[in-house]
Amino acid sequence: MNPFSSGTRLRDMIRAIRACKTAAEERAVVRKESAAIRASINENDQDYRHRNLAKLMFIHMLGYPTHFGQMECLKLIASAGFPEKRIGYLGLMLLLDERQEVLMLVTNSLKQDLNHSNQYIVGLALCALGNICSAEMARDLAPEVERLLQFRDPNIRKKAALCSIRIIKKVPDLAENFINPAASLLKEKHHGVLITGIQLCTDLCKVSAEALEYFRKKCTEGLVKTLKDVVNSPYSPEYDIAGITDPFLHIRLLKLLRVLGQGDADSSDCMNDILAQVATKTESNKNAGNAILYECVETIMSIEDNGGLRVLAINILGRFLSNRDNNIRYVALNMLMKAITVDAQAVQRHRATILECVKDSDASIRKRALELVYLLVNESNVKPLTKELIDYLEVSDQEFKGDLTAKICSIVAKFSLEKIWYIDQMLKVLTEAGNFVKDEVWHALIVVISNASDLHGYTVRALYRAFQTSEQESLVRVAVWCIGEYGDMLVNNVGMLDVEDPITVTESDAVDVVEIAIKRHTSDFTTKAMAFIAMLKLSSRFPSCSERIKDIIVQYKGNLVLELQQRSLEFNSIIAKHQNIRSALVERMPVLDEATFMGRRAGSMPATVSTSTTTSINIPNGVSKPSAAPLVDLLDLSSDDTPAVPSSTGGGGADFLQDLLGVDLSPAPNQPGMKPALQNGTDVLLDLLSIGDPPAQSSLSTSDILSSVQDNKLPVAPLDGLLSPSAPATPVIDLLDGFAVKPPTPENNGSAFPSIVAFESSLLKLLFNFSKPPGNPQTTLIQATFTNLSSDSFTDFIFQAAVPKFLQLHLDPASGNTLPASGNGSITQSLKVTNSQHGKKSLVMRIKIAFKMNNKDVLEEGQINNFPRGL
Amino acid sequence: MGLESVVGDQYCDLIIEFCNLLIHFVLLISRQGKVRLTKWYSPYSQKERTKVIRELSGVILTRGPKLCNFVEWRGYKVVYKRYASLYFCMCTDQDDNELEVLEIIHHYVEILDRYFGSVCELDLIFNFHKAYYILDELLIAGELQESSKKTVARLIAAQDALVETAKEQASSISNIIAQATK
Repeated sequence: MNPFSSGTRLRDMIRAIRACKTAAEERAVVRKESAAIRASINENDQDYRHRNLAKLMFIHMLGYPTHFGQMECLKLIASAGFPEKRIGYLGLMLLLDERQEVLMLVTNSLKQDLNHSNQYIVGLALCALGNICSAEMARDLAPEVERLLQFRDPNIRKKAALCSIRIIKKVPDLAENFINPAASLLKEKHHGVLITGIQLCTDLCKVSAEALEYFRKKCTEGLVKTLKDVVNSPYSPEYDIAGITDPFLHIRLLKLLRVLGQGDADSSDCMNDILAQVATKTESNKNAGNAILYECVETIMSIEDNGGLRVLAINILGRFLSNRDNNIRYVALNMLMKAITVDAQAVQRHRATILECVKDSDASIRKRALELVYLLVNESNVKPLTKELIDYLEVSDQEFKGDLTAKICSIVAKFSLEKIWYIDQMLKVLTEAGNFVKDEVWHALIVVISNASDLHGYTVRALYRAFQTSEQESLVRVAVWCIGEYGDMLVNNVGMLDVEDPITVTESDAVDVVEIAIKRHTSDFTTKAMAFIAMLKLSSRFPSCSERIKDIIVQYKGNLVLELQQRSLEFNSIIAKHQNIRSALVERMPVLDEATFMGRRAGSMPATVSTSTTTSINIPNGVSKPSAAPLVDLLDLSSDDTPAVPSSTGGGGADFLQDLLGVDLSPAPNQPGMKPALQNGTDVLLDLLSIGDPPAQSSLSTSDILSSVQDNKLPVAPLDGLLSPSAPATPVIDLLDGFAVKPPTPENNGSAFPSIVAFESSLLKLLFNFSKPPGNPQTTLIQATFTNLSSDSFTDFIFQAAVPKFLQLHLDPASGNTLPASGNGSITQSLKVTNSQHGKKSLVMRIKIAFKMNNKDVLEEGQINNFPRGL
Repeated sequence: MGLESVVGDQYCDLIIEFCNLLIHFVLLISRQGKVRLTKWYSPYSQKERTKVIRELSGVILTRGPKLCNFVEWRGYKVVYKRYASLYFCMCTDQDDNELEVLEIIHHYVEILDRYFGSVCELDLIFNFHKAYYILDELLIAGELQESSKKTVARLIAAQDALVETAKEQASSISNIIAQATK
């Protein structure tokens, strides 16, 4: 006798597990039980099979592995008795899912049970089939299920109806076989059959246009009558919920009517009266009644227009919105979002209430309300709404600030009526919640500021004031940038506007601000690096403070962050030794081109677009910069991560020079790469030090410069030499001197791969940007950007791709699943392709894009063959 | 071209296939975060199931008592309601009728209550399979099957009776065998 086979009872096992005080104890009990069950399984012990499976299910629920019991389910199902089958099917549904191969083995038992003389066994089989059947099983067993739709017992008919839903979802081709039997279910009296039959018809309409046409013609009137009967039915205790007879049946009828009425004026007409009756007569003091009203409103909004009904529906939503029950308010907000497309004016009337909901204590309601407010904003109400939202930003919960900030920034950017208003609002947001502002947002702000030449003075003074009250990171960054650029305007009160209070700022006050930004311990490395540049600029703008600035900068010559250390050394040397070129080096930034910036953000501009509105030098920046060499981007604002230690400091110095002159040279030109679209915004800001006047043509090519630097530099720079400012910088200085005389023509790195339009249809455009990670020529990083070309927004957006066997594809999650209409935003998704036949074969890809437009599923497919060669 | 389908997000195949499901899964969690019942109508792997349960119990158990019964989660909506020490959760699509799902939860609880006679957490722990049987009479394939509590109770009672009869037969047979071999 096996010591385990006697086993414990299910109840005892549960007790033992519940008695465990620690997780370790529980694991021990479960291990022991599992071992006993396994032993019992191996012995093929029939008596305890039933109990073992019950135990396994409990163990499974606790999250322990139970795969070894899967075959036991099949054995129990195959046995003759009802108790065995009952637990066997339960285990099957619990322990297995449709993706497991084992499931195929059960098809035969299912088929037998579907034909069993005991109707309860038929019911078990239908239930299991409905819950876990796969496409193959659906094909094999569809005839049985179809037959059971006419079974004598209504409880089997209803199960068969739901099972049919699963089957037609798995294999839509089978839909037409079910149309007639489904239609006959609609005439039944039994509520269970009626409910499931209606559901089956609704799902048939979704997969088959033929079914939709059929039901629309043959069944609309009948359904309207059924709804009328159930609405007017006298009290029936069996189906009564809060004084309403079978709200579930109400809801399903309304759903099917919605499908039938959508896009069809005749059937919409046919249901108008009953909808009006439901909308006006349904009691709204209990949840069940409200659930019906919800469905009724949805149906009214979806079917063909009937002005009167829609007014009724919007009024119901208005009542919902002022309800005290949070659930009802949540639902109202959700529905009003859909109602906006139907009647924006009516929704606007509830603006004040909706705005109150943004301030609710319930996170779910706040989120819904904020989404809704965002849709409500238009040119006439943007100012008061923005003010309300910004005021609320001050007092809102920390966890809500992120969402709120993003929405405010988006509103402000979308409706920037006047630049001064935009700048004002953005400064308020930065002051209040700068830490939640995304990089591209404050980058965009800097671009706008740079373009608003008449507001430079105003902005820099406003930022100076804001800096005194707020320590928010991105506010500090913008403030530091502006003070560096427009410090003289701050001190001299240039461009004073009428609305401003006069302010007296001395040169040293301005330097104080930047010094605080450098020294504040909350400042991160990017902020400090930006502050360094501001310092350098101020040293030229305010000659009187030059010595003090030099002292501040030199304190960082031994900083542990290499980037700061390097800036310290180099700037120190510029201030000390290169007075003659300093003013030219730190001249004010050329106006940043908004069009280019916005285009880059959307990722839809060719990467080498040159700025056309400025007369100053045009620099194709950031095109071929590999992200693995952070030191190349000395001034790159996006290099938040700690830079890798470069192999030679001299090389780093040379890179600095290249950036200084606005030339991007990749140190490994055979692995050019493009920055992801999101970072492109920073590239515009990158050329902080680019020289304002156009360079003379020079025969000296940039790669020559690089090699000359590398020839000149010391092979190994000793550490103590590093700390003294002049020693390793020598070659740099030489070059600097040389450049001051004859700056080279910036040269674009030609080996970058151009972006391609991978896919374009009348609805959407897909753009691919390519980059190669250094040291791995087989791999290509693709940044896919989707733009919506239609005038309707897409929801449930899904992108899928497939590649031939010699390629490996990895997709990161997309940035979102909603694509706003007419190019008003985009979805980005990163792909990584590894080409095992790199150099021999080029990339190919097949793509599938699925989304919902106007609640209709749309599928776009295509093949991409136009990848650049050599990827 | 031999195509290998590659799916970016592990959930996107679910979304494609099951976008029209009323209920994606049912979850019963105790106040302490212990799972009392799970039923999945969309295919989630074991790993995903654990992750879903962990994420959701984190969100739902921490919500205050007066807040609404809906939580937005990964593009879905989870409707939950607390009954004594148990949270009943059902996951539905973003644009489905939350109020109805709430009513379905209540419907289920009332049936359980009728079956166990004022149901409590312990009933559901020791008779978890019964809770599943009842759920299977209420929902199939994530859709509602029966709106009458009485019908569900009758069907469950009939099947319980079948099990009892089978047990009695089995024990009488084994008695006969025992007698014969004495």
